[in-house]
This record gives sequence, C-alpha cells and structure tokens, in this order.
Amino acid sequence: MLRLEARPEPSRAWSIAAPLLALLLTVVIGVLLFTALGKDPVKGLQVFFWEPLSSGYRLGELMVKATPLLIIALGLAVCFRSNVWNIGAEGQFIVGAIAAGGVALMAGKETGRWIVIAVVFAGIAGGMLWAAITALLRDRFNASEILVSLMLVYIAEQLLNYLVFGPWKDPGGYNFPQSKAFAAVTQIPRLFTGSRVSIGLPIALLGVAALWVFLFRTRSGFAQQVGGLAPAAARYAGFSSRNALWIALLASGGAAGLAGALEVAGPIGQLTPYVPAGYGFAAIIVAFVGRLHPVGMVFAAVLMSMFYIGGELAQSRLGLPKSLTGVFQGLLLFTLLACDTLIAYRVRFSRQAPRVGVPTMPQPARTESH
Amino acid sequence: MSNHRLELAHITKRYPAVVANSEVSLTVAPGQTHAVLGENGAGKSTLMKIIYGAVAPDEGTMRFDGRPVNVRNPQEARALGISMVFQHFSLFDTLTVAQNVWLGLDKSLSLAQVTRNIEAKAAEYGLDVHPQRLVHTLSVGEMQRVEIIRALLTNPRLLILDEPTSVLTPQAVDKLFVVLKKLASEGCSILYISHKLHEIRELCTACTVLRGGKVTGVCDPRQESNASLSRMMIGAEPPALEHHARQAGDVVLRVRDLHLRAQDPFGVDLHGVSLDVRAGEVVGVAGVSGNGQQELLYALSGEDARAPAQSIEVFGRAVGRLGPARRRALGLHSIPEERLGRGAVPTLGLAHNLLLTRGESVGHGGWLRMGNLQKQAADIIARFNVKAGGPNAAAKSLSGGNLQKFLVGREIDANPRLLIVSQPTWGVDVGAAAQIRGELLALRDAGCAVLVVSEELEELFENCDRLYVIAKGRVSPSVARADASVPQIGEWMSGLWEGAHAAA
Repeated sequence: MLRLEARPEPSRAWSIAAPLLALLLTVVIGVLLFTALGKDPVKGLQVFFWEPLSSGYRLGELMVKATPLLIIALGLAVCFRSNVWNIGAEGQFIVGAIAAGGVALMAGKETGRWIVIAVVFAGIAGGMLWAAITALLRDRFNASEILVSLMLVYIAEQLLNYLVFGPWKDPGGYNFPQSKAFAAVTQIPRLFTGSRVSIGLPIALLGVAALWVFLFRTRSGFAQQVGGLAPAAARYAGFSSRNALWIALLASGGAAGLAGALEVAGPIGQLTPYVPAGYGFAAIIVAFVGRLHPVGMVFAAVLMSMFYIGGELAQSRLGLPKSLTGVFQGLLLFTLLACDTLIAYRVRFSRQAPRVGVPTMPQPARTESH
Repeated sequence: MSNHRLELAHITKRYPAVVANSEVSLTVAPGQTHAVLGENGAGKSTLMKIIYGAVAPDEGTMRFDGRPVNVRNPQEARALGISMVFQHFSLFDTLTVAQNVWLGLDKSLSLAQVTRNIEAKAAEYGLDVHPQRLVHTLSVGEMQRVEIIRALLTNPRLLILDEPTSVLTPQAVDKLFVVLKKLASEGCSILYISHKLHEIRELCTACTVLRGGKVTGVCDPRQESNASLSRMMIGAEPPALEHHARQAGDVVLRVRDLHLRAQDPFGVDLHGVSLDVRAGEVVGVAGVSGNGQQELLYALSGEDARAPAQSIEVFGRAVGRLGPARRRALGLHSIPEERLGRGAVPTLGLAHNLLLTRGESVGHGGWLRMGNLQKQAADIIARFNVKAGGPNAAAKSLSGGNLQKFLVGREIDANPRLLIVSQPTWGVDVGAAAQIRGELLALRDAGCAVLVVSEELEELFENCDRLYVIAKGRVSPSVARADASVPQIGEWMSGLWEGAHAAA
C-alpha cells in the first residue's frame, strides 16, 4: 500500500529534483501521446528536444523566444513571492507593446537612434500603467488581483484590436489589420548579424542578477517576501503590505511591458492582432518550474521556449497541430505540481499492519463498566 | 489486570531525528487523576497522541479496561471513551464554535442540539463561550475552552488534558478543579499534563515523570515537594529568582484615556485605558484572554496605528499614529504571543528572522551584510542558550521554548528602553521559563521599562513590581505587587474593581 508521510522538514534535494522528475514524466507522457497519435515517438521527441538545439540559427531562435518568457517570469517571481497573484502579465505585455508601438510609429526620417530608448521606456511605462489599475483596485477596494488582472488581459486585447483595426491601421496595408511597419531606426539592436537575438537577452540576464540581489541581499526584497510567507510577521515587523502590493505589481507590469516593447520593436516590427503569443501566461509556468528562483527560471524559460519551437516544428514535420505546445506546457505544470508533493511528503510502501507487537482487537471497540 | 482503566507497556516511538518515547510504561486506575510531568520535548505530547490514536507507536502494547486495544485513529479512541484536549488546538478557523464541536462528535445529533448541549456544558462548568462565534475571532484562551467543552460532550471515560489551566483565572482554575474532581469521583480517569507543580500536587493522585522520552519516576505527588518533583523532571532544581526592590525612574510609556474600536467584529473595544510604565520597573497586565489584551498590545506596538496620537506617549513623544518600525526606533520593542507566524517567519532561518526587528546588519541602500547577520544570530543563540541547528535553522524547526528564547533574545539584544512582552513563558518548559524571567528582570535592573501581559497570575506575581488588570477592554488602577493578593486580582479579572462601575 502506498502512503504519504509528512516529512519533518521540507526536502531540499526534492525541491531541485521535482522539476527534473516532472520533465521526465512530461517526456514519458509525450511518448505515449505520440504513440497514440500514430507518430514515431523517437521522431517526436527529436523534434521537441533535439532539433531546437541542432544549429546556431535554431539556438538563436530558442533565445529569441526564451527572452520575453524570462523577463516576464522575473517580474512575476517578485509578485508570487510576495503573495500577489498577478495572472495578467499577458495584458501588461500587450499594453507595453502598444505604448512602445505608439512611440515607434512617431519616428520619422530624421529621428535618431535614441528613439529605441524611448520605445523601451514607453513599453515599461505601459505595462506598469496596466498593472497599476490592478494595484489600485486591490488597494482601494480590496478587489481580487487574480480576477482583475486576468480580465484586464481581454480588455488589453480589445484595445490592441481597436487600434490596429481603426486609428493606427496602415493606410497602405490593403486593409489588413496592422499598423505601418516601424521605421528601421526603431529596431531593437541585434547582437549578431544573421540572428534575431537582440539586446533583450543581455537585458534579461542583467534582470536575473538584479532580481537575485533584490530578493536575497536587500532588506526591501526581504520585506517583500515576508509579506508573502507570513503576513502577520510582516505587520509585526512594520513592513507595509500596501508597499509590497504596489512594488510587486509595478515590477511585474514593468517587466511584462519591457518584454512587449522588445518583442514588438524587435522580431515583429509592427503592431498586429497577433502580438500576444501567450508569453504572459507561459511565463507563469516558467516562474513556477524555475522555483521562483532567478537562476532556475533561466532554465525553465529555455525549456518552455523549446516547447514553442518544438510545437511549430511538429506542425511542419509531423503534421500535428501547433496546440501541442500548449499540451506540453500544461503537462509540465501539472506534473510539477504533482511532484512538488514529494518536497513536503515522502512515499512509504507499507504493509497492512503498520505496528509491531500490538495485537489487534478481538472485538469491536465497545466497552462496559467494571 | 482488569482493574486498570489504561495500561501502557513498553511504548517506543522513533522519529527520524529523535526517539520521542522509549520503553514507556504507565497505568491509570479508574477515577484516578494521573499527572504526566516533564519538560517540553520530554515526549509527553507524543505519548498522549499514541493513546489517542493520532500517532502509531513503533513498539509496545496498550490495554484499555483490561483488554488489548489497537487504537488506529482518534475516532476509535473516542469510541472507547478516550477524549483529549490538545495543547495545540485542532479547530477550523472559518467555522463557528458549534460547527467545530459538531464535527468532532458522532453525527446523531443536529447542529441545534449540539449548540444547546454546548450552552448547557458551558453553564455547568462556567466556561464562557458563545457557540455562534467564528473560531478565528477567538483568543487562545477561548479556543481552549472550546476544546474542553468538546471533550466533555463525549462523556469520556478517560480524559486527557494538555496544559489546560494556563489561560484561566485562579477562580476558574479552582472551578475547573472542582469539575475534574467531580469527573474523577464519577469514575472518569484523567491524564493531566502540566508543568505547574503546585497544581499537580493539589489535583493529582499519581504522577509519572518523563525526561528525554524515558520514565524517570512514578510517585504520589501529594507526598512530594516542588523541589523533589522538579529534580525528577529536569534532574536539577531551577535557579531561584532574585527579585530586588528597585526605585523606578521616569515614566517611559504613558497611555491616557485610550479609546479604540476593535478592527475585528468579535474583538474587544478598548475603553478609556490609562497606564504608566516607568524605567526600571516590570509592570504586569493580568486578565483572562480575550478581554482586550490583543487589541491593547497591537495599539502599543504600532501594528494598529489608529489610536489618537496623544493617547500613547513614549518618552513624552506622541506615538499613537506611528507604525512598529518608527516606534522601534524610539526604543519600543515588543514580543508577540504568537511566536510562529508573527514573531518569526516559520520557513526562514533564524538569521533572516532577525531582520524583522533588527537593522544592524543592513547597510547603505538596504544592502544585507550576510556575514554580520549570521554572526549576530550565532551570538544570540549562544548568549541565550538556544538549542538550534545553527543561524540558518528554520524557525519552525525549533521547539516552542527555544524559539521563545531566541525571540526574547532578539529583542533584549537590541537594548530596548521599553519592552512589551505577551505571554513570555506560555508553553515554555520550566528551565527556559526561569531563564526568560531572569532575563526580563536583568533588563529591568539595567533601567529598561518592561510591560508583561500574561494570563498566568503566578508568573506576574513572581516578576512584576506593579500590576494592572484588564477586563472587558477596561484597565484597572495599578496595585503594587506587595499590596496585591491573588483573590483580589482574581476578582478584578472579572471586571470588579472600585470605580469600575463609575467608568462603565
């Protein structure tokens, strides 16, 4: 018989092993899935786990997709560690992209390269603004930040649609719902020629270092996390829960907005209804698979990026739907949640009688007075 | 064999890190009130959980009414007639008192009947609890009353009580003892866990002493002295406290006519609270829990910063509206009753827990100097004799007494000028309690003003120079310890002091 037994201490080894075991289980379920779909499982795994790494160009693409995931996840980690549940990073990403796009569209012939900085900061400001709505409603009216931030995603999508179908539609675009292509001067600088990897990557890695320092080496980072771990202790210490709420939402909103700006002024180069690619939601998985730890999230972002590319390749190579990406991402999250049980519990294989030397009662437990 | 209600033989329980019980044998006769005495960590709670079926022993046998039994869970224990009042309450916060009690009983009664039964038992035993209140709004003392009533409602044949008197007025303790003696005379056996030696000697007719998981003595407590019981329990006698009378200095904390509505709908409003604490004196606030202590403590510490600024002064500065950090900067430190979750973050290490109230290891721009922090924690651990795995041991890995020593150490080490402590020795073993009391007196002798809020009168009489009593959100005039008597303070704890009517 299988039994779960609470550990006296949460296991450190398992907090690292759980994501690895979850990945293994995801692969195993993936194999079953490919077999059930009548595809060669070896081929399927190759498409997901080998081909994205097989060439310099592909590695570059891997980084292109991992960058926004990582940047958003870094912000979300601040939120989740302080018990603020921002589920709407996708909306903050979109509004960041809109704000950045608005600035980029203003660029003319004689605009200098400095416009890139304005584009990036507009993106950050846009994301912060969108997250600030959630923070304000939570702060003033105690509205659930989960619902508010999530619903604001759909409003952000409609805002983007309104702009690209309406006022910002490219007059010379054959009535397609898209803005003019941004001027070349607004393009986020690339690191190498021939690859789409931009300065977003070093920015994200700087963010990793910055987050590590904030969380583990500053008092405000500590205060932020105490609010999440033990709210009463935060009140006792005098750490303001309102500050923590605003810091968490502005940081994650700013990060998502930055990712939006880097994306729209980078690989995409114009505003279209297809700017939202689900990075804001996938980053939630990245944050948790990465244990909300800055370094862990780097690996998680690369993994999730592999699923994105693998899904696209599976579509072209194996004739499978692209939604396989979402299936793998979801599998990973669910297996991780299951494996996380092992951090606090151990599995015991026990026989029927757990005790030695205690005879079982011969009769039902009725007693009479003596 | 059948003349024993309960018979344990060679019970052993091993946990990964410790052996909680080793070869423990114990017999309880029908109608016997049997004390189980031991320090925290001696294995008392584990043994009781084994009897109650909440924990399975690795070895050993248990007989109930002469028959071998295998109690696999608390339901089976209750079917046998074993009831338990835990030290750590097993109540659901979001349910009412009546719903909680109802959950623990067999389902033959309706909720309305259970509510009536609760009211009847509460009246019979003088345990004041409202069945419709939500548990999360109750104070620690009130929760314990719910647990006692819940146990009594099952009409137990063996009642296990884990430190039941720590939250009762002396009169209520006397009343409880009447109840327990009545229960015993009706044939119910009682296992009574306590560290209060005089209670055990008054109430119990047999005593088993545990130390380090082993039985170190079986005796009749009525034949023993405090000193001899203490020797069996800790292997030595606790050091006697030296309490010199001392001239108090200037007023450090002045509370004047503080009125404050409770934030929680079931909380207690404060009505015209006035009190002073001077440098170099220990002042106690006695009272049954749930009479406004929490509200007063939050208002004083700054967790609740809604008080009119002028109503609370520290060193002549109006602080009513300041938060805890600003008050700490003035030298006001506090130690809350709730250690895990408020006084300390359970999952963080001791070193990190210093950062809740201490800023010495925080450099420019809020930068944490980790080396300093570790050393600071190690120093406190060494100075206050805290048993812990080191500066990085998680707060929740410490026993209650050791965590309390660390928290008291954290605040004393900050050289406070005004220290406010709530229940400093609640659930702490005799050795640690003596040490904590000694530290508080040393702090007083160094000129610090100390305010102790406690429900344990014995402790207040031992420590304090002056006493106030809080009842129903009002605070009595102060009385010097030398002039105070237990019956008088006990009466005040019901709100009956001179002038109380005029104020009401």
